[in-house]
Amino acid sequence: MTSIGTGYDLSASTYSPDGRIFQVEYANKAVENSGTAIGIRCKDGIVLAVEKLVHSKLLVPGVNRRIQTIDKHIGLATAGLQADGRHISNRARDEAGNYRDTYRSPPPLKTLAGRLGLYVQAYTLYSSVRPFGISTILGAVDKYGPSLYVVEPSGVFFGYNGAAVGKGRQLAKTELEKLKLSEISTREAVIEAARIIYLVHDDAKEKEFELEMSWIGDETNGVHLPVPKELFDEAESKAKAALENFE
Amino acid sequence: MFRNTYDSDNTVFSPQGRLHQVEYALEAVKQGSAAVGLRSKTHSILLALKRSTGELASYQQKMFRIDDHIGIAIAGLTSDARVLSNFMRQQAMSSKMVFNRPVPVNRLVSAIADKAQVNTQEYGRRPYGVGFLVIGQDQSGPHLYEFSPSGNSYEYYAMSIGARSQSAKTYLEKHYESFADCSLEDLIRHGLHALRETLQQDKDLTVNNTSIGIVGSASEHEKSVPPTGPFRILEGDKIDVFLKSMVPKEVAEPVAPPPADAPAAPGAGDEDVQMAE
Amino acid sequence: MDHFPTNWGRPRNDAHDAYGTYPIAERPYNGPKDSFSEGVQHTQQPIVTGTSVLAIKYKDGIMMAADNLASYGSLARFKDVQRLHTVGNHTVIGAGGDMSDFQYIQNILDELIIDEFTAQDGHSLGPAEIHEYLAQVLYARRSKMDPLWNSLLVGGFKDGKKFLAYVDLLGTTYSASTLATGYGAYIAQPLLRSAVENNEDTLTEEAARKIIEDSMRVLFYRDARSINKYQIATITAAGTSISESNHLETSWDFAEGIRGYGAQTQ
Repeated sequence: MTSIGTGYDLSASTYSPDGRIFQVEYANKAVENSGTAIGIRCKDGIVLAVEKLVHSKLLVPGVNRRIQTIDKHIGLATAGLQADGRHISNRARDEAGNYRDTYRSPPPLKTLAGRLGLYVQAYTLYSSVRPFGISTILGAVDKYGPSLYVVEPSGVFFGYNGAAVGKGRQLAKTELEKLKLSEISTREAVIEAARIIYLVHDDAKEKEFELEMSWIGDETNGVHLPVPKELFDEAESKAKAALENFE
Repeated sequence: MFRNTYDSDNTVFSPQGRLHQVEYALEAVKQGSAAVGLRSKTHSILLALKRSTGELASYQQKMFRIDDHIGIAIAGLTSDARVLSNFMRQQAMSSKMVFNRPVPVNRLVSAIADKAQVNTQEYGRRPYGVGFLVIGQDQSGPHLYEFSPSGNSYEYYAMSIGARSQSAKTYLEKHYESFADCSLEDLIRHGLHALRETLQQDKDLTVNNTSIGIVGSASEHEKSVPPTGPFRILEGDKIDVFLKSMVPKEVAEPVAPPPADAPAAPGAGDEDVQMAE
Repeated sequence: MDHFPTNWGRPRNDAHDAYGTYPIAERPYNGPKDSFSEGVQHTQQPIVTGTSVLAIKYKDGIMMAADNLASYGSLARFKDVQRLHTVGNHTVIGAGGDMSDFQYIQNILDELIIDEFTAQDGHSLGPAEIHEYLAQVLYARRSKMDPLWNSLLVGGFKDGKKFLAYVDLLGTTYSASTLATGYGAYIAQPLLRSAVENNEDTLTEEAARKIIEDSMRVLFYRDARSINKYQIATITAAGTSISESNHLETSWDFAEGIRGYGAQTQ
């Protein structure tokens, strides 16, 4: 890599001669090393799913969650440094609470994503901090309907119909593109999300993993909740079956 | 020695997206003597190996009480641990004062993890050089968590941290499925067996170098424990009876500590003998 | 956006770290300044007020009632105000006193419940925790000589246990099987006590409703700051519910003979 040893890659406050900020690019590397996270925006809601890599069999399954709840109607999934993910979700809760304090109404996701984008970008300006080593998928059903955003380590954020971050994002994006996202229901999207996570998990290279899924939509009264066990189990067994057919 | 330039500062990512200073802080945890934690359906326990700097010195403190329902065992820099445990006590008291509710264990662990994360992101700081095992009980039962300087925290069935903790982990991984239904006495015995794996070849667990922390109802060997089973630390002569309950290492150990009425399965003995690393 | 990196990444609230265990001792304060803080006068009286709240324990849980009036002095200013508020899944609070302070309390409690919800860890705040929290908030405010001018009843049902307690603008707390605030503490409380005490575990919902309705009627007759429109909340194992507004049937025939009420005959 041309960056190493040049001295232009040691601080977020340094440009390289060709105008790049290497520390931000390295932060993206931290994201790429992490388990995949995906988000789906469908006609009646949002589905989030993550591939939670399990580093020890002594871990209690079902807890140690990687998907966080930000407000009643907002969910957040991160890929990258897990501790940074908690930092950003705490900040997101703060911002959501601040919005509610000011406007006495639930924050629209676009506003929240904008505020988080500003926060993350500020960490790319100074040598006294490092950028966040995470990409953040935000999902919500707000007064404008279902919406999905991704905030990257550089602070940029975009809206998506289907989003994937982390190690398996390329394959996941390919799979998401095959879906008719404007037509499927959240219930169907849960099945697809499970299938995609199982598909992108690299059995040969990776340790065990645990699937984690949440949703927001008409079925949850617009509240961000874990996918109920029955549907989760159905989705997981279908995902496993699909994987065998795929191979 | 090869020096790379990405490891002197915690505000610098390496080209691979790693944080070397944080990884070095994790090494500081491994410099401390080992601690082991286990959990059953009714109890959470901690066991720790105390070091002493010499014959004239006392043994170090490895366990701290945070509140009636929470205690910790530490590995790494004791002074960092005292700062963090002070903070944990504050949080616990604040929950009691503001809500009249014992603080939920997971929230307390997350609070110190979030604090530790900040120290991995800003210049002029260093990450904490200490790891915790946290046990506690709340509305959802007994729990065991690990906290580490990277700002991560996880809930485990059983875990060990500190020097040579891998050997203890190997023991725990082998037996953890049986812990859920263990009696407190059996759980402590498993814990002592795991802790023993971290010892150097010629050392033994003694009443002086071992601490046991318990959350949950009293064992048959304990006196005057309130019925709520608050966190308590057993040391000195009080743990003699538990040390004696251990199955000597030279002898083949049964897979599970034998219940009084069921004979151990023959031939299953060798599995438990663990080699020190 | 606050562009002092040393201010980032920590809770906005200093109460989280009273000992200053974060290693940087001094942080630049970057917030707004109040140049007039010395000239501020604190609340000395309530402005728009609600009157009594009643609550009793009964067989299945707690029943609470309050009318729909918010008065401006002696003027019946707002006639469809709800003075009962659900907090989480197990609790209802009812408020007398200043209605704007009550709306503020509703907001901080809603925020509290959202914080609790977002933790998603299976823990939730019950009526006892909410009552303790309110007591701390109200006491802290009165200690700043800037009280939230309310008397509140907190009723709830969680883990098979009924909870009913009172807290007021001074931070005073009190718990009993029947409670009433405001004028109701004088007029309704004796009625509630004689009907409920020692019957908490046998009183049916129907009987409880009758006791509450009778007491509300007496209050409407006697309390000049009340109105004949009220709501009833029940909190049971099944959760919380607040009724639509009920209308009180009253008869004023007797008043015809009272001088100053009916048409003046002499």
